[in-house]
Amino acid sequence: MPHHLPRLALVAFSLLSVACFPKQDPSTSPEALAAAAKAKKADSVAAVQAEAARVAEAARVEAAAKAEAAAKAAVAKATADSVARAEVITRAITATRSTFAEMIFFDYDRAELSVESRETLEAKLPILRANPGMRIRISGHTDERGSDEYNLALGQRRAAAAKRYLVSQGIDEARIDVVSFGEERPMVEGSDESAWSQNRRDEFEIVVGGDAIRVP
Amino acid sequence: MPLRPFALSFASVALVASLGAQEPAPGVRIGLTYAPGTRPGLYVLPLRGAGADSVRAIVARDLDHGDRIAVIAPDGGVIPSGPLNYALYQRLGAAAVLQMTMPGDGSLQVALHELASSTVRNSQRFVLPQPALGPAWRLAVHRVADEVERWVTGQQGVAASRVLFVRGGTLWQVDADGENAMPVPGVGAALGPAWHPNGTVIAWTELGDGGSRILMRDLTSGRTSVMSGRAAANLSPAFAPDGSQLAYAAGSDGTDILVRPLDGEAGSFAITAGQGSTNAQPSFSPDGRRVAFTTSRLGRNEIYISDSDGANPELLTTSGFGDQLYRSDPSWSPDGRAVAFSTQIEGRFQVATIALRDRSVKQHTSEGINEDPSWAPDARHLVLTSNRGGSRQLWVLDTESGRMRQLTRGPVARMAAWGPRLPAAR
Repeated sequence: MPHHLPRLALVAFSLLSVACFPKQDPSTSPEALAAAAKAKKADSVAAVQAEAARVAEAARVEAAAKAEAAAKAAVAKATADSVARAEVITRAITATRSTFAEMIFFDYDRAELSVESRETLEAKLPILRANPGMRIRISGHTDERGSDEYNLALGQRRAAAAKRYLVSQGIDEARIDVVSFGEERPMVEGSDESAWSQNRRDEFEIVVGGDAIRVP
Repeated sequence: MPLRPFALSFASVALVASLGAQEPAPGVRIGLTYAPGTRPGLYVLPLRGAGADSVRAIVARDLDHGDRIAVIAPDGGVIPSGPLNYALYQRLGAAAVLQMTMPGDGSLQVALHELASSTVRNSQRFVLPQPALGPAWRLAVHRVADEVERWVTGQQGVAASRVLFVRGGTLWQVDADGENAMPVPGVGAALGPAWHPNGTVIAWTELGDGGSRILMRDLTSGRTSVMSGRAAANLSPAFAPDGSQLAYAAGSDGTDILVRPLDGEAGSFAITAGQGSTNAQPSFSPDGRRVAFTTSRLGRNEIYISDSDGANPELLTTSGFGDQLYRSDPSWSPDGRAVAFSTQIEGRFQVATIALRDRSVKQHTSEGINEDPSWAPDARHLVLTSNRGGSRQLWVLDTESGRMRQLTRGPVARMAAWGPRLPAAR
C-alpha cells in the first residue's frame, strides 16, 4: 500500500498542525480584554440598574402595601358607614313596620273608632302612600263575652271600620282586605277586663309589598 | 252500670204529685191515678242476653233523661218467670212495667204492662244491629227508649239524636246521652254547625286565615259543598225546615241574612238590609214561614222576627231586660211556641225563652255563664254552653223542671246544635 503513504502523511500533518498550533486564549487577546472591560462596565451598569430596580421595587411594594392598607381602611370605613346606614335604615324600617302594625282597640260590643284609634290609623297613612304597591289585611277581633257567632260578625264590623277610615283618607280600597276572627284568636288569655280590653282589637298585616317597604 | 240513682226518682213521684199540676203535660196516657204534670213511675225489669245489662241501663237512663217518667230500675232485681205480679210493682210506685226480652235472634222484644188495667198496653219487636254495644246497636236501643217514652207519655223521646258542637276549633258530635263523643272527620277549622232536617246533612262556618265561608256536607256520602264565598264574613248557617234552603249571614261591613236554595245560587235573596249593622243567626219557625235572628240595627243586640222573606220585621225581645243591652243566639222551638236565646243579666249571659203568644220571658239559668241554646226535637230540652262546672261544656236543660245534666266532658265544648231524631238506616 505504498501509494497510500503520502495521503496518510497529509492526514497526519494536518492532524499535527491542529495539535501543535492551538487557538490563542480569547481573554488574553486585546479584543477579549477590551470586551471584558466592556462587559465589566456593562456588569457594573447592570448592578446599578439592578440596585435601582430593587429600590424601585421596594418602593413599589411599599406603595402597594400602603395603597392596599388605605384601600382596606377605605373599605372598612365604607363598610362601617354602610352598616351604620343600614342600621339606620333597618331601624327606620322597623319603626315603620311597627307603626303600621300598631293595633287599635274598641269598647265592648262596639265597632266605632275612638279618637285615639283615628290617630293610630292616621300614622299609617304616610306608609301606605309611600308604598303604593302594598296590600294589607285588617283583622277584627272581639273579647270572649257574648255570642261566639255574633262576635264573628262584630269583628268584621271592627275591621271594616278601620278600612272605611283609611279609604276616606284616600287609600285605594282594593288594597285593603278585611277579615274577622271573632273571639277565636285572643291576644291575651283571661276572663277579666284587662284581657278583654286587649282582645277587642284590629290587627294590621302586610300581605304584599312587605319585603321592600319604603320608609316615608 | 249502677242504676241506684233511678230508684231515687221513685220518691220524687210522690213529691211532684204533692206539688200539684203546675205545668201542663199533654199526652200522659198511662197511670190514670196521676195528675197531669206528674211523672208516671215505670219499673224497668232486668233481662238476659248479649248486652242485656247495657240495654236495661241505656233504656233506663234515656227515659230518665227524658224528664217525663220516674224510672224505677234497682240494681240486680229478679227476672220474672211467668205472669207478672202487678200488685207488687204497684206497691213499688210503678204505674207501668217495661219488660224486655232477647229471643236470641238479634232482636229485642219489648212489652209495656199497664198496672192500673192489668194489661199489656204496647208490644213491639225491635232489631238490634250487631255487634252488641256498637254505635248502630246503641242507636237502636235509644230508639227503643224513645218509643217507650211515647207509649207511656204520648211524647216520643229524643235519645236517638245527636248534638254537633265545636271543640278545639273543629266539629264534634256526641250522642244525646253523652256517649260516643268524636270529631266529625276531615272538617278542619269550624264554627257554628247546623243540621239539615233530614239528619244526614250538616253545614258549618269554616274559619281560615283569609276569612270565613259556609260549607255543607252529606254525612252519608262524605261529599262537601261550598255554599258561600270567602271574600267577606260568612257565618251562622241554618236550614229551612223543608230542607230546600240554607240561610246564613254574609257581609264585608256588617252582615245581612241571605237565603239560597241548596242546589244552586239562582233564586238567592236577602231578608235583611242592615246598612252596616249585624244581622245574623237566623232560626226558622217550624212551619218555615217566619225567622228569628239577631240584629244590632238598634245599636244594641236584640232578637227580631220577620216573615221568612224578610217582610214585617219586629223586635221580639222588647222589654223586661233593664239596661242589659244584649240578646243573641235565637233558637225557634220545634213546636213553634217559643224562642230560646241568650241574654245579658247583671253582666253575665243566661239562657231564657220568650213565648210567642204573649211575649212572656222565662229565665232558665243563673249559675255561672250560660249561653247559645239549641232546642231538642221534643221542644222541651235545650242544649247550651255553660261554665258552671269550671270550663265551658255542653249541658242539657229541661225547660220545664229546670234540671240540668252535663253532656260533654274534657276540653272546652261550645256552639251546640241539637239534631233531629235520627233515621233508622244509618
